[in-house]
Amino acid sequence: MALATRPRTTTRTDRRPAGTAARLWRSTIGKKTVMAVSGAIMLLYLIAHMIGNLKVFFGPDDMNGYAHWLRTLGEPVLHHEWFLWILRVVLLAAVLAHGLAAWQLSRLDIAARPVKYAHRGRRASYATRTMRWGGVILALFIVWHILDLTTGTVNPNGESGHPYENIVATFDTWYGNVIYAVAMIAVGLHVQHGFHSAAQTLGAGSRTRDRALRATGNGLALVLTVGFLSVPFGVMTGIVK
Amino acid sequence: MNLTLRIWRQQGPDTDGTMTTYEVADISPDMSFLEMLDTLNEELILRGEEPVAFDHDCREGICGACGMVINGQAHGPERTTTCQLHMRHFSDGDTIDIEPWRAAAFPVVKDLVVDRSAFDRIIGSGGYVTAPTGSAPEAHATPVPKAAADTAFEHAECIGCGACVAACPNGSAMLFTSAKIVHLNSLPQGGPERESRVLDMVATMDDEGFGGCTVTGECATACPKGIPLSSISTMNREYLRALRKGA
Ligand code: HEM
Ligand code: SF4
Ligand code: FES
Repeated sequence: MALATRPRTTTRTDRRPAGTAARLWRSTIGKKTVMAVSGAIMLLYLIAHMIGNLKVFFGPDDMNGYAHWLRTLGEPVLHHEWFLWILRVVLLAAVLAHGLAAWQLSRLDIAARPVKYAHRGRRASYATRTMRWGGVILALFIVWHILDLTTGTVNPNGESGHPYENIVATFDTWYGNVIYAVAMIAVGLHVQHGFHSAAQTLGAGSRTRDRALRATGNGLALVLTVGFLSVPFGVMTGIVK
Repeated sequence: MNLTLRIWRQQGPDTDGTMTTYEVADISPDMSFLEMLDTLNEELILRGEEPVAFDHDCREGICGACGMVINGQAHGPERTTTCQLHMRHFSDGDTIDIEPWRAAAFPVVKDLVVDRSAFDRIIGSGGYVTAPTGSAPEAHATPVPKAAADTAFEHAECIGCGACVAACPNGSAMLFTSAKIVHLNSLPQGGPERESRVLDMVATMDDEGFGGCTVTGECATACPKGIPLSSISTMNREYLRALRKGA
């Protein structure tokens, strides 16, 4: 087929015995699988989180009661706040695994195409092209979000046990609204490409199913972005105060 | 028609190259793209200049040799091979950019010729079935369900042209590799090596320096044989299945 300039053996005799997890992590498909599974965990969390946020429209007692209930969830089997801490550990692991795999794969992908075409052709969709920077924006947002509404460090109100008042305080500032708006649009775009991508990675793609998978991804992206943004919108318009 | 060509010229694997401009006149719209390049090369030879090196063999769209990127698209504006692309898809006065496949795993040999032997090594690591050779086996000895035969045939159409790699922003060979995996893993004859085939071919693909898949879909858009993007998903499923089975 082509000129052989590099002598190589073609039969693989170097299949080192290794655990399934190690072999998974060594291959590009395996790292992508880690991204798909960790992405799916974060996605499930985001859906639950978005629905939980809508409590804000029922007033301070509903919202703060819901936040309290989250801390008692699982009792008496689990100790106070244990459920929340288990969730946090799982999510942290997911974010780290997702980010690390994304970093390593991105480096491989960039190295695999070292020379650009002089004539730039059609470009992929906006969501597809912004996965890397969108992911970085989301990572930075997660840090800010925790300092704002979990620890209260950067929150103008910052009263623990009073999420309702803290949320209103955040969205009373212009920068709070800007940061959350940018991040939620980034989430929408990330999920729009990510959902279909994860399905494809996990082997769920097929010619007959691809259209439905794309539509589901688009729907999820829209519902998440609109759902999350309804909270700052509510505060801005005075529906929530 | 008269055309301006900007062609990547590179003396050898280790030298720098540049886009070089040429004019060609009186090109017939019925010529194939390769015939147009032949016309240019004849002129260059008459002028005592070195002709443009490009790969070609069958000139009927089945060997996959004639890879080049035309105006930023692998094999140019039509979904076919360069040898089957006709000049009627261009207009008088056009400027056409012609570049080699760009991928770390496909180093440039000269001008538009790249070394695609990384594909051979992927095939060599599992793209076959182990069977006794000699006299042809009885055709009905191994029944193949119609659906499996169709899937296998569709994927056997891959001609190893490398357009998928050239079009992919990650220089990924997932579409090419998946075509062979789906072809052989769909058939009963491919059954005994079902797991080792996918594990070994994917490992070779990674070792050769091809990138991963980000589901951009450029490969399937560029593929002259219509290998679908979802074949990559089938390969992923086969891969994860083989890993679980611990083959
Ligand atoms: C640490 C911050 C993050 C970074 C650096 C990041 C980066 C990336 C990158 C580079 C990709 C691959 C893009 C592609 O396939 O073209 C990706 C895919 C994905 N991301 Fe993220 N992301 C982050 C956070 C998130 C969050 C918060 C979610 C939750 C919704 C998420 C869900 C997904 C999903 C489901 C995929 C698809 C996985 C696959 O392709 O199989 N990511 N991310
Ligand atoms: S999958 Fe299509 S584009 Fe890729 S090598 Fe095969 S025929 Fe060419
Ligand atoms: S020369 Fe054989 S496919 Fe074009």
